[in-house]
Amino acid sequence: MSHHTISVVDLGFTYPDGTRALDGVSFEVGHGEAIAVVGANGAGKSTLLMHLNGLLSPGEGEVRIGGTPVTKSTLKDIRHTVGMVFQDPDDQLFMPSVFEDVAFGPMNLGLPPDDVVTRVDEALRRVGAAHLKERPPYRLSGGEKRAVAIATVLAMEPSMLVMDEPSSGLDPRARRRLIELLASFEHTRIVATHDLDLAATLCERTIVMSAGRVTADGPTREVFSDDELLAESGLERPLGMQTCPVCGKV
Amino acid sequence: MSSIEAGLYNLGRLDQLARQDTAAHRLDPRAKVVTTFVYLVCVVSFGKYDVLALLPFVIFPIVLASEGDLPFGFLGKRLLAVAPFALMVGAFNPLLDREAVAQIGGLSLSGGWVSYASILLRFLLTVSAALVLIGTTGLNGICMAIEKLGVPKVFATQLLLLYRYIFVLADEAMRMSRARSLRAQGRRGMGLGVYGQILGHLLLRTYARAQRIYQAMICRGFDGTVRVSGRLQMRAADVAFMLGWSAFFVLARAYDLPLLLGQLVTGTLS
Repeated sequence: MSHHTISVVDLGFTYPDGTRALDGVSFEVGHGEAIAVVGANGAGKSTLLMHLNGLLSPGEGEVRIGGTPVTKSTLKDIRHTVGMVFQDPDDQLFMPSVFEDVAFGPMNLGLPPDDVVTRVDEALRRVGAAHLKERPPYRLSGGEKRAVAIATVLAMEPSMLVMDEPSSGLDPRARRRLIELLASFEHTRIVATHDLDLAATLCERTIVMSAGRVTADGPTREVFSDDELLAESGLERPLGMQTCPVCGKV
Repeated sequence: MSSIEAGLYNLGRLDQLARQDTAAHRLDPRAKVVTTFVYLVCVVSFGKYDVLALLPFVIFPIVLASEGDLPFGFLGKRLLAVAPFALMVGAFNPLLDREAVAQIGGLSLSGGWVSYASILLRFLLTVSAALVLIGTTGLNGICMAIEKLGVPKVFATQLLLLYRYIFVLADEAMRMSRARSLRAQGRRGMGLGVYGQILGHLLLRTYARAQRIYQAMICRGFDGTVRVSGRLQMRAADVAFMLGWSAFFVLARAYDLPLLLGQLVTGTLS
């Protein structure tokens, strides 16, 4: 299948207050690829992600998902194809119980009730949160919330996943589990993150953004070895690729 | 614990109680909502000076609370927390209405005191019935019930989201107030200026969050209708519960049961 692809062509976007958030951004994502989007705060990562499923419409340029341009008339299908995991799980978990939250998407797809239950169970099992089914979201820990937020998106069975800072606010073990989980997915994945170690473990390819532009796009190891580029973009080498402070070796 | 924290804790506790599995919890939410509604209408519609006639209504919250395994101490504390409102509302009645309505020994009881007692009793009854309803049904169930009963979807959805985000909002308010008090150098009270700023800030944050939530909703195919999954089933027991209690309320409203009982006991029933 070749349609789980994303192509962004010369994308530009200016917020109503005049902030130029994206400026001539172009890249292609192939089927099944895992891509990290890194960059300092305010580099335009979140704005870019919001274009990928039509939460924002391009000021200039175009976004194509599997060959279909993102426009008003295609939004419904695009949003079904591209699942988005938000930065703050509290924004994503708005129903009174975990079950209902995960069921929200499938119900909107108009699935019969039995299928909804199957999908919810499957999605929760996948993220290891089956036992949380009846709990209200505000009683979950940060890691549990994150897992459930991912399940809410998986239940829609999207072919691509777009994630904004999936590891923020997680303790080391929850973060480790999240990385394992994300690595187990076969979807086309785009992950915006400050967690460069996560990017290095999970994504073969990395796009670096700075001030609304793409400053680098290439194999993750290469990008993270370019100290000059990283410094210009307000980033630092991931710890896993820094020299050892004791012995000086990489 | 600040008062916001305590309030949050109590709300969460009520929610936890609502997830128990007892006979009262298993009743159809619609049956409980309708019954409570009839109850409220009956209690509220009593005359200004009725006190004794209200007494039979004490039974309902007590029965339902014990059936639903709700701790009375907890309910009592919740009642006390809202009591100041009721105490204030009727506080001037004894001063304004001094006409004597009864003589007890050598003392005359003024109409003001009787109506004050009536207000307090009605407050106790209505608030405890509402608490027991939430404690046995959960707000989730109540929203589902009122929607199935024909209340416009917008209201049910609003209520649902309001309840969900009260925790998030209170949490944000709590953090802001904590941040303020940490830098307040021991000064108590925040002053109108700071208070206004905090409120304004909270409003802006709420607004931004509402927008993000809406985005998360449309990402998952939201089209204006929140579809709730639960399937409700009215069984004979639910209907019996609803009709039985409602009939009792209407009866107790129409006839002064304590008076009749008294007459029966003293044999003066004509």
